[in-house]
Amino acid sequence: MKRLKRTAERIVEAALTLSGSITSVAILLIVIFLFKEGFGLFKSPAVENGYALCVNVVNPVEKLNSEQIKNIFDQETTNWKDVGGIDAEIAPFRFDEIFSRYSDEELGKDYRLLPQKLGEIIAADPKIIAFIPIKYIPANNSQIKVLPTKNITSSDFFCGKEWLPTATPAAQFGVLPLIAGTLLVSIFAILMALPLSLGVAIYMSELATERVRQILKPIIELLAGIPSVVFGFFGLAVLVPLIQNSLNLPVGETALAGSIILAIMALPTIITVAEDAMRNTPRSVREASLALGATQWQTIYKVIIPYSSSGISAAVVLGIGRAVGETMAVLMVTGNAAVMPHSLLQSVRTIPATIAAELGEAPAGGTHYKSLFMLGCILFIITMSVSILAEIISKRQKKGIDV
Amino acid sequence: MSRKSNQIIAFTTLRLLSFLVVGILFWILGFIIYHGIGVINWEFLTTAPTEGMTAGGIFPAIVGTLCLIAGSMIFAFPLGVMSGIYMNEYAGNGYAVKFIRIMTNNLGSIPSIVFGLFGMSLFVNTLGFGDSIIAGSFTLGLLALPLIIRTTEEALKSVPDSYRTGSLALGATKLQTIHKVIIPTAFPNIVTGLILSIGRVSGETAPILFTVAAYFLPKLPNSIFSQVMALPYHLYVVATSGTDIEASKPIAYGTALVLIVIVLIMNLSATALRRRFGKKNKTN
Repeated sequence: MKRLKRTAERIVEAALTLSGSITSVAILLIVIFLFKEGFGLFKSPAVENGYALCVNVVNPVEKLNSEQIKNIFDQETTNWKDVGGIDAEIAPFRFDEIFSRYSDEELGKDYRLLPQKLGEIIAADPKIIAFIPIKYIPANNSQIKVLPTKNITSSDFFCGKEWLPTATPAAQFGVLPLIAGTLLVSIFAILMALPLSLGVAIYMSELATERVRQILKPIIELLAGIPSVVFGFFGLAVLVPLIQNSLNLPVGETALAGSIILAIMALPTIITVAEDAMRNTPRSVREASLALGATQWQTIYKVIIPYSSSGISAAVVLGIGRAVGETMAVLMVTGNAAVMPHSLLQSVRTIPATIAAELGEAPAGGTHYKSLFMLGCILFIITMSVSILAEIISKRQKKGIDV
Repeated sequence: MSRKSNQIIAFTTLRLLSFLVVGILFWILGFIIYHGIGVINWEFLTTAPTEGMTAGGIFPAIVGTLCLIAGSMIFAFPLGVMSGIYMNEYAGNGYAVKFIRIMTNNLGSIPSIVFGLFGMSLFVNTLGFGDSIIAGSFTLGLLALPLIIRTTEEALKSVPDSYRTGSLALGATKLQTIHKVIIPTAFPNIVTGLILSIGRVSGETAPILFTVAAYFLPKLPNSIFSQVMALPYHLYVVATSGTDIEASKPIAYGTALVLIVIVLIMNLSATALRRRFGKKNKTN
């Protein structure tokens, strides 16, 4: 009987030990799944899956990167010499055009004659570039040259300036405008939140009576508890029209609206962490300052703030982390134009908002889907480093106290 | 003299800033309550949306959110509490524990949309649950874990060591001590963690976007593999992409109010609980 009980205890304790590792396992799984899908992006072809680009055999161009392909088909690049060819106008040819040139009958039953017709079109025009399905590429036609399909490279992704994930033939996955949008919105949010939250933190830790503190603390917690979608709705219903009318803008959904909402959302994080840091200032340090004849305010800004500066920096870093990862509120108020932002009064799009807006439409396993997971990886790396950085910074303060 | 007046100016500014923050909170709450209160009635809470979500109620969304709360807590609460017990009672102070603590903090700082991506990749696609309550619950549960672990740890820490030594001295085993002495003493504070995570889970949108939430689904779920509507996602939909955004505005205000009320109740009861039992522990 006793032995049975002992065994049961052992089992329970083993279960407790196992559950202790649950968060580490969770993070490991997140890393595996995120990065597995994300890095699949660099194994995806730069042109739409199942399609290829063909040119006439006399054309000297051997390869094109995804930006060049996109520019050719958007008719922004119109001369072959711009992409390393001869001085001649480019004639882009999309697959659909075959149906306006030939009737269904001419293409034969089950489009059996389609490859042959395509071959004739390409062979007839030395300036042509045709975007056609791989299965219709004419076989044994020495007049045409299939350009090798390159994979999306990391420089396409990290240095690209355009985010056009559904463009054909070459979707553009340039992450720069999204990173710029995220940074713009987050940094301005922190700049707005910082003075406000430091003020409140000082007030709560140094001036407020215990009674007032007991009221303020739950209020701050409540602000932290409001769901981000409610903040977004509030922003959409109040801030966006306010900004639009007072600044006379065509639309109110701007980076500014996102920054303001994010600033409000970052307040509780910064206040709580900064207040903790200030309250940790030892009594002796305060009293020494007061005993030297400093006023309470002088003590605050000459002694307490410098003393708790690393805690305050940790608070700011955590606030940035919160702002960078915030999704719904930003998605609802920033207007989501994936272009390089030039001002605060422009519509921008952040990394998390892009994932939330596009994942629903991206077919699972496709290039677009993988690119969104890659965005998730970036987000994961940013917030992970932010949280580790905050840990290191606040450790420094703890060590400081011992000295 | 100028030192004194400097101080007065500074302190007044600090007070004003604090009032401003409190003001912002009450502005948001007041705005939503003011516009939403007229929409709330029995019918709104108990009927399905009709006419392209411009009329009717939010009953399926309420049921969906309740399902997700229940599902995620059934999974995360026991696991989180066990993990917290391990961390505080067994783990000691070695490198492994430091590592686990850092991992717990990091898990807490991962953006909710990343949980959504992960949930979609693992639960929806790899494990083949599809968009379902079970996939959404696991995703939300993972998101709530750090909060539960942290509050459990705090709760256990506040139990005086004399309780532990007293129980062990009477011949109880370590597990008996935890089971009969420590958990009952820390229980109210552990429940605080549960309440707070319910508040958190009920308001999250990004993790459920791709794991469970349905745009419009008037019928109630019949198994853990069905899709459901959920309050936060419903608010997002009616506020941004409904069929007629102007006409569905009252619905949006009503939904926002219901969400806010859930969060308010959860937060206030957690605060009340903490205050009541926090005091009791101190006097003992």
